Amino acid sequence: MAATDIARQVGEGCRTVPLAGHVGFDSLPDQLVNKSVSQGFCFNILCVGETGLGKSTLMDTLFNTKFEGEPATHTQPGVQLRSNTYDLQEGNVGLKLTIVSTVGFGDQINKEDSYKPIVEFIDAQFEAYLQEELKILRVLHNYHDSRIHACLYFIAPTGHSLKSLDLVTMKKLDSKVNIIPIIAKSDAISKSELTKFKIKITSELVSNGVQIYQFPTDDESVAEINGTMNAHLPFAVIGSTEELKIGNKMMKARQYPWGTVQVENEAHCDFVKLREMLIRINMEDLREQTHSRHYELYRRCKLEEMGFKDTDPDSKPFSLQETYEAKRNEFLGELQKKEEEMRQMFVQRVKEKEAELKEAEKELHEKFDRLKKLHQDEKKKLEDKKKLLDDEVNAFKQRKTAAELLQSQGSQAGGAQTLKRDKEKKKTREEKSVSDGTCTTPGKHPVVPCALVVCAV
Amino acid sequence: MDPLRQSPSPSSSRASSPRTLPCEMLGYVGIEAVLDQLKIKAMKMGFEFNIMVVGQSGLGKSTMVNTLFKSKMCKSTMPGLGVPTPQTLQLQSVTHVIEESGVKLKLTVTDTPGFGDQINNDKCWDPILGYISEQYEKYLQEEILITRQRHIPDTRVHCCVYFVPPTGHCLRPLDIEFLQRLCRTVNVVPVIARADSLTIEEREAFRHRIQENLKTHGIEVYPQKCFDEDINDKILNSKIRERIPFAVVGADREHIVNGRCVLGRKTKWGIIEVENMAHCEFPLLRDLLIRSHLQDLKDITHNVHYENYRIFRLNESHVLPRGPGWVNLAPAPASVPAPAGPQASPGPPKVCWWAKDNSDEEC
Repeated sequence: MAATDIARQVGEGCRTVPLAGHVGFDSLPDQLVNKSVSQGFCFNILCVGETGLGKSTLMDTLFNTKFEGEPATHTQPGVQLRSNTYDLQEGNVGLKLTIVSTVGFGDQINKEDSYKPIVEFIDAQFEAYLQEELKILRVLHNYHDSRIHACLYFIAPTGHSLKSLDLVTMKKLDSKVNIIPIIAKSDAISKSELTKFKIKITSELVSNGVQIYQFPTDDESVAEINGTMNAHLPFAVIGSTEELKIGNKMMKARQYPWGTVQVENEAHCDFVKLREMLIRINMEDLREQTHSRHYELYRRCKLEEMGFKDTDPDSKPFSLQETYEAKRNEFLGELQKKEEEMRQMFVQRVKEKEAELKEAEKELHEKFDRLKKLHQDEKKKLEDKKKLLDDEVNAFKQRKTAAELLQSQGSQAGGAQTLKRDKEKKKTREEKSVSDGTCTTPGKHPVVPCALVVCAV
Repeated sequence: MDPLRQSPSPSSSRASSPRTLPCEMLGYVGIEAVLDQLKIKAMKMGFEFNIMVVGQSGLGKSTMVNTLFKSKMCKSTMPGLGVPTPQTLQLQSVTHVIEESGVKLKLTVTDTPGFGDQINNDKCWDPILGYISEQYEKYLQEEILITRQRHIPDTRVHCCVYFVPPTGHCLRPLDIEFLQRLCRTVNVVPVIARADSLTIEEREAFRHRIQENLKTHGIEVYPQKCFDEDINDKILNSKIRERIPFAVVGADREHIVNGRCVLGRKTKWGIIEVENMAHCEFPLLRDLLIRSHLQDLKDITHNVHYENYRIFRLNESHVLPRGPGWVNLAPAPASVPAPAGPQASPGPPKVCWWAKDNSDEEC
């Protein structure tokens, strides 16, 4: 087979060749963008925070719309996650927005396991994507990406420091998702307290080693603004969907007896900064970080857990094929073992059942034999009795004929009346003996010959 | 363009799409800014494009590439006297980085000198198919690593330009064989080379005959009909499909015509301007390859051809029914006639849309 000689002239840092005219591939970014627009974007936000911190209101304010949902109660037995997906359209850009929010976070008495449902949810999304990626027949480019791109962590505006629940949860989440901490309902804190609060929070996060999301500063066009915003973390936000007339414009605001807090006023709160950072500048970066850092980390851990390696102990690249083959054989072996076990159990059970049935059959046979014997015994007894009775009847008949003969002889001698009288006497005597049940003549069975006697006479 | 949306794949992820509620936004939110973010990111990362030119020697492949990208990509090969034609097909790959208006493009051109030049051209497509499969294999190996790179270098061939010699009759058996095999692994754009030897009427007749030949043999060249997304794409691509194969002329010398400096070929009877639509269809080819469909070529390579290859590889010695996670990658055969196997016949392991589309369109 003719070898494929491929002479590659690639210098690393390949030669840049000058162009002698307009070629036209500067339309490439536009081609890419058009393609993405036709595919649509998707963005998934997770809101973690205690009940009543204004998560849903903030989402409504951020996206300038009213999402469905009623407020949650404080009586949830455990932390649950509620997820809703919405189709937003702006210009020619379609966005599939998924908002996941915790229900019942921080409401329990024992909050040790509060973070677990959240971590499991995030892992489940990664797992779904990984499964799709590992499939043979996969549809990756058409796949609805449900991985969480940004996690907004709502901190209660106590003014002191982070709660231990917050610290623990953030520590568990920081390697799985981009965390953006925000101070909710920040109109409850005064300006001076706010600065102190922010400093305290940042120092606590740093000292506990929690990695929150840093806005990227490597691209010149956004480096500056991202850098300044990084210093303002965590953002102190207020959410409001009510519009009030301030001056001569309608603005989103909250009205108090002592004044009105405007949501979009930078002096009042950091809402505008949050919106800028989250949506207008860094949405794409958030998605990329999720895919290239958090998802890859999850994938690596998962595959290593399943036993795959890239290089074996001799540091030759392990072909994934061998590990797969080994794993597959192992799996098949296990399956076979299980099958054997099940088969054996089944056979055993069948045997037991058979034995039981045999026992029962034997018993039945015995019973049958016994009954048969009983029956035969009784039959024999009855026959014996019948024979006895027949004998008695015959004897009685003989005596009767003898007696009648005697009587006829006597009556011929003594006259008909005596004969009759004797006969009657005999009859009454017989009847009497019968009715008395006493046998004057031996061998007479008291009951049975009653009918016989009546017929004979 | 989402080619796979048309395939009735049983494991469609559409089943897992959540129920979505359309929402009206009452004001400007700024979601459109994500387009700018995308652009910035793309420009920073730069683009890659790999093109392969296939055809007999002397058809002007290298010149064509130079004309397309307006620079000296390949040395125009003019074998001197006494240089024997190469006995085996040798693929030569050259990579350059070109920049225009801030957009960096890493261009790789793979040339195939010696294709179809021997007396016995049997299986001369095998090295080419092997090369293409090798690039897919490299990408696949990178993709299934546990610790993988953030950006996997893409050396897969995105487009293959096939040069048809201007006989004026119809496609030759070599052309048909090659195109049949190649159109299943890579996007193929056939062009009529050296079209200045044909008159306009001859060109049209030749083009019609080639189109009919392609139809008869079931060869789907780029832009494939089955991947047309919506009505706009269909209209646009139908116009292109009417003119395929383009009749092109390549030239890298400049001449002065009517005071303008144009690229062209100077002959005794006139100057053939390359960029003049009345003279040849080079602008159409350039627009298709670079200005309008470059991203689409890459997408189809990634979403369709690469996925086909991946399915084929993962199914190779796979006995169990398909299930997520249980794949069995046998080592790629050392000599690569294996990929020629499933391509010689449209076998069932190939993904459904080929079979589906071949059955319901009479192409």
